Amino acid sequence: MQPDVTVPNFLPAAPEILLAVGAMAILMVGAFRERQAVSVATGLAVALILASAVLVWLLPRAPAETFGGSFILDDFARFMKTLVAIGSAIALIMSVEFMRSGRLTRFEYPVLIVLATAGMFVMVSANDLIALYLGLELASLSLYVTAAIRRDSPRSTEAGVKYFVLGALASGLLLYGCSLIYGFTGTVNFVEIADSVAASGPSLGLIFGLVFLLAGLAFKLSAVPFHMWTPDVYEGAPTPVTAFFAAAPKVAAVALLVRVVMTGFPNLTAEWQQVIVFVSIASMVLGAFAAIGQRNIKRLMAYSSIANVGFALVGLAAGTEAGVSGVVIYMTIYVVMTLGTFAFILSMRRGEQMVETIDDLAGLARTNPMAAFLVAMLMFSLAGIPPLAGFFAKFYVFLAAIEAELYTLAVIGVLSTVVGAYYYLRIVKLIYFDEPAAPFERMGPELRAVLGVSGVLVIAFFVWPAPLVEAAGMAARSLF
Amino acid sequence: MPELLQDYLPIAIFIGVAAVIALVLMAAPFAVAFRNPDPEKMSAYECGFNAFDDARMKFDVRFYLVAILFIIFDLEVAFLFPWAVAFGDLGWFGFWSMMVFLGVLTVGFIYEWRKGALEWD
Repeated sequence: MQPDVTVPNFLPAAPEILLAVGAMAILMVGAFRERQAVSVATGLAVALILASAVLVWLLPRAPAETFGGSFILDDFARFMKTLVAIGSAIALIMSVEFMRSGRLTRFEYPVLIVLATAGMFVMVSANDLIALYLGLELASLSLYVTAAIRRDSPRSTEAGVKYFVLGALASGLLLYGCSLIYGFTGTVNFVEIADSVAASGPSLGLIFGLVFLLAGLAFKLSAVPFHMWTPDVYEGAPTPVTAFFAAAPKVAAVALLVRVVMTGFPNLTAEWQQVIVFVSIASMVLGAFAAIGQRNIKRLMAYSSIANVGFALVGLAAGTEAGVSGVVIYMTIYVVMTLGTFAFILSMRRGEQMVETIDDLAGLARTNPMAAFLVAMLMFSLAGIPPLAGFFAKFYVFLAAIEAELYTLAVIGVLSTVVGAYYYLRIVKLIYFDEPAAPFERMGPELRAVLGVSGVLVIAFFVWPAPLVEAAGMAARSLF
Repeated sequence: MPELLQDYLPIAIFIGVAAVIALVLMAAPFAVAFRNPDPEKMSAYECGFNAFDDARMKFDVRFYLVAILFIIFDLEVAFLFPWAVAFGDLGWFGFWSMMVFLGVLTVGFIYEWRKGALEWD
């Protein structure tokens, strides 16, 4: 008997393979180096992640499927992988300052970031339920460990354990959903699931499966009502890890969700739209109201990220090409704004002590006018005030929702933007109009660079939005 | 949909019966059993001789580490057996797939060795 063993085409997955092999190589370098293992490992990891992003663009442009159709590299995957790689690489660069001051001395940290990035790449390219789960778990397991990377700090370990326990629960929900979908359609491949639904219509069991799948993904996205872990994990994890959590994993999870519903369930739009609309409204409203009472800036950013996921889902709820392109634009601008804000949060320290409350920002305009201006611009942008980038991000998703006649969703979204503006603007008020608190330590050069670039991109986006809008449009087209 | 749910009726009945039996077995001793405790009866039972100390003692976390390392290599063997049985049919692709898997495990093994996870003290 000769079993059907054909060697798959590895080329479309070359960036993932590069990351996985590279992660092992860095692990060995770290294990055998006596001194400065962490800085060497970080440098190699940044180079590796950027190399994989370049490799994504060097591969042939035509959409390619491999591993029996479970892995796909198209324009959407390409764009999202680039965004994930940028998010991971910059989060790593921003942690250098933390390492220099001796608060993060484990060389495993960059290795875990590389592995998480490999997992997120697989998530973005997943074209069946098995690859979806594989990527999600590779990314999640690495994230659980990074949350607890400072294992002698009770808050960091608490964050890690909380994240792990709730994440395992979400994985259980997701797997249960996958098993129902497989049971009712007889296939795990997204395209074949869509064909099966088109041929035989939806069954109740399939819809159950879809809802469980969406619940599991909503957890990874930290969308309400599965957001409970977010503020605690963001607050407890070391700040560079929080910066990482807020950027790349969100992009990968949003990309995964978009691909699942767009290629797997295009004929069940009415069913998943209800879920997405609910999750989106709940996230926007809770993100806006719950952040008002926060004094800790990391918790505030956690609620801000919950609200931002809600806004991104507005575009997905529309279920149209314009909606997906809006999601892509939204996530890109969100990553830029988040990384810039965290670059500043990472520099909030006095002496050897990190400070994390909002009141510590008081009067920053007089102690460090340049940083104060950039942070104020980022806050205005997060609040969605024109002509900054954050306004256009919201504009595209709301436009798509209006075109899809989701008026209630759009109106609630705009109203929650107004509520959310309160806490962003309060930070601006603290910075400019309050009596100065003691000044912070000097910002490290890499943090200054990230804050500067992010501030300039946010301010100047309206001058030349075409490249991003076109790239996002191209990415969205490949899903339809 | 009702037909689907009917298929699961035996399972629901089974869960119900199992729950009732378990609850009855837990509740019955309170009602029926003869109780006359004394210190000798309440102490931990250790194969006939007197208990040395409390069973809830601290033990070394290294046992746990060894157990975790054991699981990894246990799984490796569990993967190797079916691979070995089907080896003749798998061809070079099957061979190299397993070699890559073993390579990844070896990297992990070298790492734990270097980190001193295998040292007892």
